[in-house]
Amino acid sequence: MMDFLHTYGMMFLVGSWPNGQVGGFAGTLLLAGLGLGLAFPFALLIGIARTSGIRSVKTVATIWVYTFRSIPLIMIIFWAYFMLPVLTGMEIPPFSTALCAIVVYESAFLAEIIRAGLESLPRGQVEASRAIGLGYFKTLTSIQLPQALSNMIPSLLNQFVSTIKATSIVYIIGVQEATFSAQQINSIELTGTLRTYLILALFYFLLCALLSRLSKVLETHLYNRRMGVAA
Amino acid sequence: MIQFEGVNKWYKQYHALNNICGEVSQGEVLVVCGPSGSGKSTMIRTINRLEEIQGGTIRVEGRDVADSSLDINRLRAGIGFVFQQFNLFPHLSVKENIALSPIKVGGMSRKDAYALAETLLEKVGLASKLDEMPANLSGGQQQRVAIARALAQKPPLILFDEPTSALDPEMVGEVLSVMKTLAADGMTMVCVTHEMNFAREVADRIWFMDQGEILEDSTPESFFNAPRHDRAKKFLADILH
Repeated sequence: MMDFLHTYGMMFLVGSWPNGQVGGFAGTLLLAGLGLGLAFPFALLIGIARTSGIRSVKTVATIWVYTFRSIPLIMIIFWAYFMLPVLTGMEIPPFSTALCAIVVYESAFLAEIIRAGLESLPRGQVEASRAIGLGYFKTLTSIQLPQALSNMIPSLLNQFVSTIKATSIVYIIGVQEATFSAQQINSIELTGTLRTYLILALFYFLLCALLSRLSKVLETHLYNRRMGVAA
Repeated sequence: MIQFEGVNKWYKQYHALNNICGEVSQGEVLVVCGPSGSGKSTMIRTINRLEEIQGGTIRVEGRDVADSSLDINRLRAGIGFVFQQFNLFPHLSVKENIALSPIKVGGMSRKDAYALAETLLEKVGLASKLDEMPANLSGGQQQRVAIARALAQKPPLILFDEPTSALDPEMVGEVLSVMKTLAADGMTMVCVTHEMNFAREVADRIWFMDQGEILEDSTPESFFNAPRHDRAKKFLADILH
């Protein structure tokens, strides 16, 4: 095992970097981190638009959510892989293609979580905010979002975890990430397949378990603050 | 201070407010009573336009509240509103609840707004709860904070929508006594309430509503001693046992 790790450790960690693209575990972290970082603000806008009183805004957001929630991620990845070069007239690297697909796909799911979070607040909160003179945007930023986002933490973290795992399928369009590295190692070694995939599974497990733990800590912290027990 | 001129409101087919006409003058305490579903809450919520009306005009200090050129948020900030369910913001401390409108709408500095919050909390007898979170307060205390929040923009007028209906009986007194102090200070108040003793002691005028109409507009003495309308007689008989 030590020999194996000695030989392939760097490949697992960073792929072919520095001689090529960053890949391996670092590639997965990069893809998931960027994917979520870009999808979240986007989802925030779509989720808010879903609760909007302006019909056209609401309709566009609803179509977006229904479309991308109803298509498997792998279809969106293929779609992006073949459509993006046609649309832009440029060759798009696999990493950017995968990133686009993940942002689009995750934005639909995250938007639904945000919509549900906003709609689950008692009506009286918005009314009280309006009654003291806060308009639509001030109500959203001072009253609705702070409460909704903290209520949504478990669902959001759950979606984050599922996004990290979902990045594993982008290896099929040749994106350098953890699963791609495992694939490569496997085709060099030809034996010890289980060992290779055990390490891969452990990586995903540790990352996602850590996030779940973080969610729990954050939840407790926010609960305590609302109850006024935290300093 | 407030004028209703032929105000009508429908929820689809349902006629919620039927030709409401009336006036509340400066410094007056108006108590609105009537059976549930009579339109009391709807009526009081039209004053700061939490509810839109379909006919007639409502003026607050001479300004038509439906006027599209009016800054509705400024108008609302200048009218206190106290809800049945308190509706404090649970993610903000007591002082932040009170200081929010002065800071966000009034442009007051954080420091001044918190000082103001402290003064107002003293007024409602909760000076020690400045940094408490709403979840740690009793219903009566929450409602008193809500009154302090309604006072934060120094409104000339406060609207109370059943402020004691969601309270445990032993907490009703503390809220009513804050309201009495406000009334004694000359605040213009409109109170939807079932507290008939409060109405008798504090009100300058009583509106009795049923099915979206004002059936009686009279002084407490004549309303309690000699109600003119049969529906009002029955209501009083039922409510006073």
